Amino acid sequence: MDKSFTERRRRELLVAASLTVAAALVPLFIKNPNVQNIMILTLMFGALSQSWNILSGYCGQISLGHALYFGLGAYTTTLLFTKFGVPPWFGMLAGGAISALIAMALGYPCFRLGGHYFAIATIVIAEIGLLLIQNWEWAGAALGIEMPVRGDSWLKFQFARSKLPYFYFALALACIAWFVTWWLEDSKWGYWWRAVKDNPDAAQSLGVVVFDSKMGAAAVSAFLVAIGGSFYAMYVSYIDPGSVMGFQFSLLMALPAVLGGIGTLWGPLLGAIILIPLTELTRSYIGGSGRGVDLIVYGTLIVVIALARPEGLIGLFSRRKEASR
Amino acid sequence: MLSVHEVTTAYQGLVAISAVSIEVQKGEIVCVAGANGAGKSTLLKSIAGAERPRSGTVMFDGKRLDGMAQHHITATGIAYVPENRRLFPRLSVRDNLRLGSYLYRGEANREEPLDLVFKLFPRLSERLDQRAETLSGGEQQMLAIGRALMTRPRLLMLDEPSQGIMPKLVDEIFQAVKLIRDSGMTVLIVEQRMAECLEIADRAYILQTGRVLMQGPAAEITGNPDVRKAYLGL
Repeated sequence: MDKSFTERRRRELLVAASLTVAAALVPLFIKNPNVQNIMILTLMFGALSQSWNILSGYCGQISLGHALYFGLGAYTTTLLFTKFGVPPWFGMLAGGAISALIAMALGYPCFRLGGHYFAIATIVIAEIGLLLIQNWEWAGAALGIEMPVRGDSWLKFQFARSKLPYFYFALALACIAWFVTWWLEDSKWGYWWRAVKDNPDAAQSLGVVVFDSKMGAAAVSAFLVAIGGSFYAMYVSYIDPGSVMGFQFSLLMALPAVLGGIGTLWGPLLGAIILIPLTELTRSYIGGSGRGVDLIVYGTLIVVIALARPEGLIGLFSRRKEASR
Repeated sequence: MLSVHEVTTAYQGLVAISAVSIEVQKGEIVCVAGANGAGKSTLLKSIAGAERPRSGTVMFDGKRLDGMAQHHITATGIAYVPENRRLFPRLSVRDNLRLGSYLYRGEANREEPLDLVFKLFPRLSERLDQRAETLSGGEQQMLAIGRALMTRPRLLMLDEPSQGIMPKLVDEIFQAVKLIRDSGMTVLIVEQRMAECLEIADRAYILQTGRVLMQGPAAEITGNPDVRKAYLGL
């Protein structure tokens, strides 16, 4: 198209590459396992939020039930591994595929719902999923399943001695989610999604197939979130329904994007970098006084953001750019 | 190229156009004029598939359009700019334009129609990063036409492009319509401002309460004493 646009896209790619290299070096200097744990979670939730952002930010279909796909990924990988000995790498892809299919099957009726009704439907469906798993004996029911520890192995993606492999996997995941978003931004789908979000009637009259766009966004989003869920299961090596499919995961995927800037390329990562360490720290320092202090912190942050900068923190950067022009 | 035969369209039993027939030849600018409520917009909607005709046929290059889904009609090479423009207000000018170019599946050249758009409406090239909602009415109309051109249509249909726009820009838009035709497209334009529209049109139809009242070469219609009195105020 025009030059400034192509240049900006190239610049974004360069910035992302440099940030990746920089991030890859960090754990070589910071060896504290608690800090490494926070970094891993930050990258993971950054990736998850980036994936959530595809359906809810770009396509405008607010989902508060993405914990379902997260849980599906975690359960598929864990069950395939513990019951059939399938390496997690394959379980991960299987979980992604299953989630994408389920997202489309659920989208078929739900995408006919407009606005808030869609968001409410996603909450309800995720809760149903949670209840089903809680009552499924073969899958461990409410007790959950433990990953048998079989020693460090790349094939089984288990590492007891070092967190580094997990860190690099989470980093790769964040890169993939970012790159997929970057690539989709300037593709037919990216334009269709933004059109559907902004004005579905106009999109239709231009020839955008609104329903198919939403289905596509849901599938990509669910696939990536399920990969994140698989990773989480391998990382913590013990899952139960509440700890991978609870409502708090749906929130934790939405909040970084909302905080950083919904429907933007950098928003979810920026939001995760601020929100996740904050959550982890409040949980470990004031968590003893009762659960939910971290939730109060989110709530306050979201209220402040909604009042001061509804477009998210990323708006701070673009505002400055506009002013300098 | 486009042949509308005896099309009747009704809204919940209320007939908006009845047995309207119009023809558009390749390379023409055809103006459909008439007062408010004459059925002009309904005619375009019936062609574009936004409304389903109750009876009659719409043929475009040998393909029957009536009954087809709207996005399939767009894919046959008809671009429709509706009255309310239907832009994407919170997307940038660039995104609005690019959206137009993604309706064709092929990996054809996307720069070429853009060059035409910038040539016709240089203002747009200065406002690429602005949100569409920050443009003036005239600029929004230009953007709507520009976006339609990005689909590389063979037939461009404009519904009241002069509506709500300051006079200076109206002239600019009509001049652009002429250039669009000169670059090889066919234009079907619906207008209340007949005088300006007849100036650039090759042929014209006058609609009154849902029926074709008069048709012929634009010059002939302009010269018709009844038209001059009733519509042109001369």
